[in-house]
Amino acid sequence: MSEEKHEPVPYQTFILIWVALIILTGITVGVAQFDFGAVNIWVALSVASLKSALVLFVFMHLRQESLLFKIGLLAMLIILVIFIGLTFTDVLYREVLP
Amino acid sequence: MSFEHRDDTGDRFGMWLFLYTEVILFSGLFILYAIALITYPQEYITASNKLNIWFGGANTVVLLTSSLTIALAITAIQRNQIRLCINLCVATIGLAIVFLINKYFEWSHEISLGIYPASETLRDMGPGVTSFFNLYYFTAGLHGLHVLIGATLITVVAVMVAKGKVTSDRYVLLENSALYWHLVDLVWIFLFPLYYLII
Repeated sequence: MSEEKHEPVPYQTFILIWVALIILTGITVGVAQFDFGAVNIWVALSVASLKSALVLFVFMHLRQESLLFKIGLLAMLIILVIFIGLTFTDVLYREVLP
Repeated sequence: MSFEHRDDTGDRFGMWLFLYTEVILFSGLFILYAIALITYPQEYITASNKLNIWFGGANTVVLLTSSLTIALAITAIQRNQIRLCINLCVATIGLAIVFLINKYFEWSHEISLGIYPASETLRDMGPGVTSFFNLYYFTAGLHGLHVLIGATLITVVAVMVAKGKVTSDRYVLLENSALYWHLVDLVWIFLFPLYYLII
């Protein structure tokens, strides 16, 4: 495989992403001060997923990698969904949890 | 004339594959968390309120910033700014140490309150609170171990950069160490709201 060098990501890009991550953390903490019931956990998980996407695609240079790397991430996420989904088809339908 | 075998893209892909297995490892712990949360919703709120949001919040900012410094270090080495790259690595290691010191004070405080695995205080609080703190210590402990390993890796690479073994032409080792460090950050991004912010 030929070695294609990635273009260096400008310093400003990384700093902007860092600012976004800090703001998103603030949002998570802010929302958690109020009780919205089950909505809280879904907001927390959505913001965490958005932060993860920023870290994965920019900080970890996934944006610049070939399709193979992105398919790898997708495969891992599908395995995760199966892993979690199958567990809950068991757990949610038990009469009594041990 | 000698040929050396070299495949930077392959090296990085190997690192990504390893990181996927790390995600699966941590996701097992998060599944346990989810099941226990459904089983003991009220107890989990009680237990989460005992954690200090300032310790967790400060450590979130520390880890996000350390992720920034190690990302900047890669741009620095690509631009052949060796001095800056080493300084950014040192900053990352420093932030890792700050994280661990913070963790030390946090855990010392909790242990002084009698909250630690198999303690009598926890036993009196019932199985829900106990399961929360057992999972908390295990997940945060495993994460802390990753912080330690990541910081060690970055230290080794920083020395190699200083010695000229990792250069602007060949820096895949720095890239892979940085990838590992970002994984540590990713885990914390989920760990922080789930353990500290449940109300």
